[in-house]
Amino acid sequence: MKANQTLDCFGLMCPMPIIKTAQALKKMKPGEVLEINATDKGIKHDMPAWCKTTGNECLAIEDRGDEIKVYVKKLQD
Amino acid sequence: MAEKEKFTLVLFSGDLDKALAAFILATTAASMGMQVTMFFTFWGLNVIKRNQGKIKSQGIMRKMLNVLNRGGAKRLKLSKFNMLGMGTWMMKKMMKQSNYPSIDEFIDMAREMGITMVPCSTSCGILGLPDDAFTDGVMSQAGAAFFLAQAKESKVTLFI
Repeated sequence: MKANQTLDCFGLMCPMPIIKTAQALKKMKPGEVLEINATDKGIKHDMPAWCKTTGNECLAIEDRGDEIKVYVKKLQD
Repeated sequence: MAEKEKFTLVLFSGDLDKALAAFILATTAASMGMQVTMFFTFWGLNVIKRNQGKIKSQGIMRKMLNVLNRGGAKRLKLSKFNMLGMGTWMMKKMMKQSNYPSIDEFIDMAREMGITMVPCSTSCGILGLPDDAFTDGVMSQAGAAFFLAQAKESKVTLFI
């Protein structure tokens, strides 16, 4: 999947990946996609929940075992 | 955009572990676009006391209390397994190894995210804490009515 920006959340635990995602998306434009590389297993539930609450779209979650890739599309400011 | 949803919590405890839980939820709620108010009362006031300098209070008992119960985010202890500070030291070490923010860093984050941190006026009065006892970015003291007015409008409230 193509992303406009990548966010390194390796080794970070809840809630840091979420907070960093929120900060990164704030600087992006609607329609842009952010790729988050994380290791915190909770992100698989946290990111869809966060997106639902904030009105953004969680496009995909790829669990590769030692790394979880999450793609979030910014829908609104 | 519609008015922001509100999240209000009371932090009554001055324990490191409970303060951590409070700040994790507060910062996450702020990242979810909620308007967050943290109300610090009794032992919870220790969390937002500034780390440096002396805290000046009136009267021998209050002076003594504020020496014994100095507080400040960096002085908080675990509610369990403190073991004369050894357990707390180890927990902080493990948090650091895991790249996890300290309470001080969480307070900075909360400030940057626009979280309102309020010290309870009654506790401050009884424990002898002046306004300058607290770290930067803490709002002026407020009472139960302020908390309840906020809580009434909040979707989520917690007492920790």
